Amino acid sequence: MIDLRDVSKTFTLHNQGSAVIEVITGASFQVAAGECVALTGASGAGKSTLMRMIYGNYLTQSGTIRIGDVDIVGAQPREVITLRREVLGYVSQFLRVVPRVPTLEVVAEPLRAVGVSAEAAEDRARTLLRQLNIPERLWSLSPTTFSGGEQQRVNIARGFAHAYPAMLLDEPTASLDATNREVVLSLIEDAKARGAAIIGIFHDEAARTRVCDREIDVSCFASRVAA
Amino acid sequence: MTPLLSVQGITKTYGAHIGCADVSFDLYPGEVMGIVGESGSGKSTLLNCMAGHLVPDAGQVVFDTRSDGPRDTVTMSEPERRMLGRTDWAFVHQHARDGLRMGVSAGGNVGERLMAVGDRHYGDIRDKATDWLERVEIHASRVDDRPTTFSGGMQQRLQIARNLVTGPRLVFMDEPTGGLDVSVQARLLDLLRGLVRDMGLSAIIVTHDLAVVRLLADRLMVMKSGHVVETGLTDQVLDDPQHAYSQLLVSSVLQV
Repeated sequence: MIDLRDVSKTFTLHNQGSAVIEVITGASFQVAAGECVALTGASGAGKSTLMRMIYGNYLTQSGTIRIGDVDIVGAQPREVITLRREVLGYVSQFLRVVPRVPTLEVVAEPLRAVGVSAEAAEDRARTLLRQLNIPERLWSLSPTTFSGGEQQRVNIARGFAHAYPAMLLDEPTASLDATNREVVLSLIEDAKARGAAIIGIFHDEAARTRVCDREIDVSCFASRVAA
Repeated sequence: MTPLLSVQGITKTYGAHIGCADVSFDLYPGEVMGIVGESGSGKSTLLNCMAGHLVPDAGQVVFDTRSDGPRDTVTMSEPERRMLGRTDWAFVHQHARDGLRMGVSAGGNVGERLMAVGDRHYGDIRDKATDWLERVEIHASRVDDRPTTFSGGMQQRLQIARNLVTGPRLVFMDEPTGGLDVSVQARLLDLLRGLVRDMGLSAIIVTHDLAVVRLLADRLMVMKSGHVVETGLTDQVLDDPQHAYSQLLVSSVLQV
C-alpha cells in the first residue's frame, strides 16, 4: 500500500548562509495493507520529517513514495489533495481548525468531504466523540478553547472518522490518560483489522509493541554528516 | 478534466516597471488558489488582468464557459466579458465600498446582480436577497438599510452576498479579510470555506496573510517583484518553502 524507494531529503536554508542540511538518504521500505509499522530513532533522527514527506507536506528531493497508485513525489497539488481526502489520513500532534466551527462538524468534516450525508457523518462523529470521552456538552463548541488533551482526542476522532486505506499517526497516544490511550489503541487495531496500512511514531513503548508488527529505525537512513 | 481557468504567460508592464511577468497556471473546478507576496509584488495586477479589469500586454486567460467551452477572455468581446462578470465570475474587492453601491439598500445591492441576469419578479428577488443576507449573517431586518449604515465587516459580508447570489463558478478575491478585526475575519473565513465547499466554487485569493491561505487555499503561488518564485500545495509551501524569498516570508510571521 505504501512503498518508499530510495527517498532522500535535504533542507536548504537560504537565509541562514545557505546552509544545507541532509536529513534522510536512501530510505526504502514497504507497508502492506493491514500492517502497522513503527518509525523509531532518537529525537531529531527524522521520524516526523519522513512522515511529513509521505504526506506530501515536505518536498522530497529524490526517490519515489507510492501510496496506492499515486507517486507523491512530483504529484500535482490536486492529486495530493484527492489522495489526502480519500486514501491517506494523517493524525498530527496539533489540531488546526477554522475558529468558531463546532467540534461535531470538525470531526464530521472528513466524511462530508468524501460525499457522506451530513446525518451519517454526524452519527459517526458522535460515536467517536463518545468513545473518546469528550463530554456531550462540548460538542457544539469550537475545540480551539479545549484543553490540550481534549484537542488531541478531537484530532484523533477527526483522523479516524473516514476509513482511510492508509494512515499516518504522529504520537497518537502521547499525553492521554490510561482510559483514552486504550480507546486509541483499539481504534488503531480496528483500522488494521479492516486492512489499513499504518505508519506510526510512538514514544510509548508498550503501545508500540502492542499494535505494531515491526519497527523501522530511521537513524539508518540519516545522513552521516547530519547535525 | 478540463481546467476551469487556464492562465498562460500573463505579462503586464507599467512603462519600464514590471507589474507581473509570464505567469502561467491551471485552476481546476473546486480548487482554491492563494497568491501571496509582499505589497508591490504584482498580486493585484495579476488578479485584475485575470478578471478583465486590466488588459495584459501578453498572454491568455482561458475560461471554460458553460455554453462554448474554453474561450480566451482577453480577446473576447467586451459585452461577452461583461456577461461573464455578471454570471460565472465574481470579484470581491478589498474595500467593500468598491464593490457595493453605497446609495442603494442592502437588498437592492444583492437584487441588482439578480436583475442583471434577467430576474424580474420583485417578490422573488427580495426573498432571495433576504435569504443571502441571512447566509452571510446579516439580519433580515436590515434589508432596506443602506450599506453606509453598516460596519466594515458587515459591508464586506454584504459584498460577498452580492457576488455569490448568481451562483458564480469562479470568485476572484483581493484581500477579502484585509482591514477587518480578527473576530470578524474568523467569521468571514468560516463563511467563505462553507460556501466554497457547499457551492463547489473555485476561487483565487490574493492576500498577504499566510494564516488566511492556510485555512482557505488548496494551492499557493508566491510572487516577488512580478515573478512567480514558488508554487505548490499550500501546507507544503508554508511548512517546507524552497525559494529564498518564500523562506523569508514564512519565517517573518510573528507568532501570537
